[in-house]
Amino acid sequence: MRSIWRTVAPGQRRDLLALAPAAAVVGMSFGAIAVAAGLPLWMPSMLSVLVFAGGAQFMVVGVVAAGGGLLAAVLGALVLNARHLPFGLAIGPIMGTSLPARLVGSHLMIDESVAFAMAQRDPRAARAVFWATGALLFVTWNVGTLAGALAGQVLGDPDALGLDAAFPAALLALVLPSLREARTRNAALLGAVVALAATPLLPAGVPVLLALVGLVVLVPAPRGRAEATA
Amino acid sequence: MTVTAILVLAVGTYAFRIAGPLLRARMARAAARRAARPEARSPVARGGEPEVGGGVAAEDAEVGLPPRVTEAMSTAATVLLVALIATAALTDGPSFAGVALPAGVVTGGVLAWRKAPFVVVVVAAAVVTAGLRALGVP
Repeated sequence: MRSIWRTVAPGQRRDLLALAPAAAVVGMSFGAIAVAAGLPLWMPSMLSVLVFAGGAQFMVVGVVAAGGGLLAAVLGALVLNARHLPFGLAIGPIMGTSLPARLVGSHLMIDESVAFAMAQRDPRAARAVFWATGALLFVTWNVGTLAGALAGQVLGDPDALGLDAAFPAALLALVLPSLREARTRNAALLGAVVALAATPLLPAGVPVLLALVGLVVLVPAPRGRAEATA
Repeated sequence: MTVTAILVLAVGTYAFRIAGPLLRARMARAAARRAARPEARSPVARGGEPEVGGGVAAEDAEVGLPPRVTEAMSTAATVLLVALIATAALTDGPSFAGVALPAGVVTGGVLAWRKAPFVVVVVAAAVVTAGLRALGVP
């Protein structure tokens, strides 16, 4: 962890440290909610270590707490996590191309590490930031989960702290520079409209995947195609 | 909740995560091999001379993949992130999220656009949302 940390520029270390406490607090609320839902103390930690995807973890625990079926909960959470496949296509060589780098780096691929890495121009900076973000949030998320499970319901509601606004705002700050490019911006806007329109109608996770239809703006006009193959 | 359910979720999630990098490496190798064949007149060959049989080197330098393809992959990630942001900021389950949450995210977005430091963006978003909720705004 320390050697990863040294490769990150000081300004980015500060940015990363802004997210770490927020991840710890949300992790604590996950641990507390899971235990309140009747899970044994070690189970939220098992989820946080092995699944390491906040949205999916809250979803399965929420469904179980509401008395829903386990199979439906797991399938729903997997749909929510399907976005990691296209994330991996984009991040691919950024995490490193050796087998160990791919095996470990893939597990550290979360929304925040992808957004931080994609916000870098220099590939070496992108690799450093990807690993630092993934490792730091893995540690803080898991420490938070364990603390929350042990503390139980002593904790208040993290929404009262506005943390549910902190994460989307952080991601927005990271993607904003890439939206200066017109085609990316158009694709993203179209995708966001599709996702929002689909949210009341489809199960969680599906609307975000549907946003990929925004990529149609990249399809060139027929003449452009001929140019590309000439 | 059972251990089996957690393991199924963990393995499935990891499969989604590792599929992307492996698939991209495979595509890069295939494209590099195509470009290395002298009879191939692929546009990717313009990017530089790939080493013949240098699968790993080609993959590392990404000589093989056409820029159009890598650009589409990056754009796809940005599109997904923006859709995540939009749904996280504006919806709560299937319904509208209220006012406090989007107000905080928009505040953060405006500050980021005005080049405010990242820490300021994150803290301001949380403070605005928390403040509005404390005042009773949904």
